Amino acid sequence: MSDVKKFLYVNRKQPYGTIYALESLEVVLIGAAFEQDVSLAFVDDGVYQLTKGQDPSGIGMKNFSPTYTALGDYDINKIYVEKESLEARGLTIDDLQHLTWEDEDEDWAEKDSIRVVSASEMAEIMDQQDIVLSF
Amino acid sequence: MAILHTVNKSPFERDALESCLKHALAGSSVLLFEDGVAAAVDGTAYADQIKGAMENVSLFVLGEDLKARGLGEHKLIDGITVVDYKGFVELAGKNDTVQSWL
Repeated sequence: MSDVKKFLYVNRKQPYGTIYALESLEVVLIGAAFEQDVSLAFVDDGVYQLTKGQDPSGIGMKNFSPTYTALGDYDINKIYVEKESLEARGLTIDDLQHLTWEDEDEDWAEKDSIRVVSASEMAEIMDQQDIVLSF
Repeated sequence: MAILHTVNKSPFERDALESCLKHALAGSSVLLFEDGVAAAVDGTAYADQIKGAMENVSLFVLGEDLKARGLGEHKLIDGITVVDYKGFVELAGKNDTVQSWL
């Protein structure tokens, strides 16, 4: 029997206004060392975490958004973004960072990590997990 | 009496903005900052509510918090004034009271 469990990290907060987004990212990176089957979900205000062009220098905080681009190197390549959440916020996938990973089974072909899914698809993804961590 | 209302919570998470707009009298000012800046973007579920309120009150948004979130000024609702921290202080000074919708 395999020890690999399906982990889902659910992100529902804006970056910077509270510490949730940064804490989630840190736990994801720590968890990546344990070689589990990791997925990330961005729903509600969580979709703001992935916007491109973030510059929090004016509010005296560290820009942690470049770290999302490193997730592919940790084999974290299932990043689900909820369509309804984007739409309610006047955002599209073009407002988000382009996150990719390299598939070693296909000669390191570069593939997109972000998958925009509907709320009902997101519900199915949540239903398939062994462990859900919420931020 | 002139009041500066400030909203620092996301409209998608809390009802602070909604309550603020319900209580802001004509001629008063509303400043969005921190997570509240999400409401300044056009095309959101709250855009119509903001536009309606702007017939009576002046809307401001803190540029530093927009920039932090990667929300460009070109995405904003027309007529919202972007201010910096200095502008925030000036607004507070210009008005008689500041009411924070936490």
